[in-house]
Amino acid sequence: MVGSIAAVGAGLAVLGVALGIGRIGGSAMDAIARQPEASGKIQTAMIISAALIEGAGLFGIVVALLGNNPA
Amino acid sequence: MELLTPDFGLIFWTTLTFLILVVLLRALAWKPILKAVNDREDSINEALQTAEKARAEIANLKNENEEIMRQARAERDEILKEAREIKDSIVSQAKQAATNESAAMIENARKLIENERMAAVTELKNSIGELAIDIAEKILKKELDNQDSQKALVADLVKDIKLN
Amino acid sequence: MRSALISGLFTAVVTLFFAVSATAVTPDQQQHVDGHHDHEHTEASEGFDITGVIMHHIQDEHGWHLFDWGGHPVSLSLPVILFTESGLTTFMSSEFHHDVDGKVVVEKNGERFTYYHGHIYYANAEANDHGAFITYTEDHKVANAKPLDFSITKNVASLFVTVFLMLLVFLPVAKFYKKNPGKAPKGLAGIFEPLILFVRDDVALPNIGEKHYKRFTPYLLTLFFFIWFANMLGLVPFAPGGANLSGNIAFTMVLAAMTLLLVNLNGNKDYWMHMIWMPGVPWPIRLLLAPIELVGILTKPFALMIRLFANMTAGHIVILSLISLTFVFESFAVAPASMALTLFIYVIKLLVAFLQAYIFALLTALFVGQAVAEHDHH
Repeated sequence: MVGSIAAVGAGLAVLGVALGIGRIGGSAMDAIARQPEASGKIQTAMIISAALIEGAGLFGIVVALLGNNPA
Repeated sequence: MELLTPDFGLIFWTTLTFLILVVLLRALAWKPILKAVNDREDSINEALQTAEKARAEIANLKNENEEIMRQARAERDEILKEAREIKDSIVSQAKQAATNESAAMIENARKLIENERMAAVTELKNSIGELAIDIAEKILKKELDNQDSQKALVADLVKDIKLN
Repeated sequence: MRSALISGLFTAVVTLFFAVSATAVTPDQQQHVDGHHDHEHTEASEGFDITGVIMHHIQDEHGWHLFDWGGHPVSLSLPVILFTESGLTTFMSSEFHHDVDGKVVVEKNGERFTYYHGHIYYANAEANDHGAFITYTEDHKVANAKPLDFSITKNVASLFVTVFLMLLVFLPVAKFYKKNPGKAPKGLAGIFEPLILFVRDDVALPNIGEKHYKRFTPYLLTLFFFIWFANMLGLVPFAPGGANLSGNIAFTMVLAAMTLLLVNLNGNKDYWMHMIWMPGVPWPIRLLLAPIELVGILTKPFALMIRLFANMTAGHIVILSLISLTFVFESFAVAPASMALTLFIYVIKLLVAFLQAYIFALLTALFVGQAVAEHDHH
């Protein structure tokens, strides 16, 4: 039971991250469409923000993994 | 959880290996590679700058050439103009000279003709005078053979003279 | 000359470690091997033990399991190095005879060791009811004491292979540049120059800044290629690949700790000023910001550690799960779908292997850049 609730938690964390990274990707596409010449800088900024958000999500997943431990 | 517990052995080996790798690669790989790449980039930049300079120089040369050409053309035009003027002046001088000469020749000819004419007229006059004298002599010889006729003539001539 | 010497040395070292122990089947050994397999069969009798298989693959082990031949496991034997109460003890992992349940005891220098699921313990004098020389705590954990374990495990061996590969690649590349100064790169140099320039121009330069980036570029290059090579090697499905090195928390912890040290040892006055007493804000907010910033010193590398670990481990888990589908459903009909999905994830993992190395190097460069930046005070 603890394990399944932890899995739900991990799923929720991933949901938030997915929304966040989705928004970053969408905005980056918009920005590149608007200013194709700045695409390099936009991509770097996009990857950095995606990495930071992903970090938050991974914390969630790791906590869920820890919670998954029956002991 | 087991997965999240780092093993001491692996930490030790990773640290050791990674530090050695950093030092090794820094000395043996990255330094020569980055230096070579930097050098090459510098040389490429330099070559580009040289090419740019050469292009500017060529453009400069072209401009100079054009300037020289323009000057040459102007000079040529000047020379041509001068030549034309000289030619014109020579032609006109020649024309003048020819005109003058012809005029002089005509004048000469005219004078000659006049002179000839004068001479002819004078000669004619002289001839006519001599002829007249000859004729008059002959007539007079014949007419004035006798006294009477001499007297008649004198009388006639005297009659014509009007004493005024 | 020097590079040749070093690569020769590494070849020797690696060969030494990989003395293959083909399983000589003595009757005594046979018994243990069979016992081990009986145990697995009882576990697997209810169906395919997918969690067990996956956990076995993503965790470290002493010795390198290559494949099963006729029902018997074949492993590379790797050195076990232990610091015990009586000093240094070494023997080959083959002496455990593939046992993972604490049923085989190795005696060295008057000390007795046994191997139980990836860890070496001091063995009990007597075997318990299951024939294992260990005792359990109430919550089914091993109660025996552990010696300090410096063994060349599967991951450590994989680490050496990674380093060996890197030297094998980058020393010839460096040699090419030494031999052909000013020439366009060819071969290996042609393959790796764009990546080296990528790290220099897109990771180091924009994040650290014109003034300092040259000092950190060699470290960032090593870091990037080390993580990338480890990731790629982890994707190779057979030895000497397949170890989950970059998905091991110890590995990522070391790299994150290096970043932590690099950033804070190079932090200038401005960096610490912004950390402790943020200029340009009212003092109550400064009081509030200081602990947040100080915690940030640790959370940034911590996030690096978790990110790499979770990404690589998750990738291995997903690939193994998809491959296991065929065995879970016990039907060949599932195989094509399983293969297609695995292939798809593999391609994504190739991208992720590069991306994670890039992100680790990029964030390290970013943190270093923050530490060495000179702020102009208005």
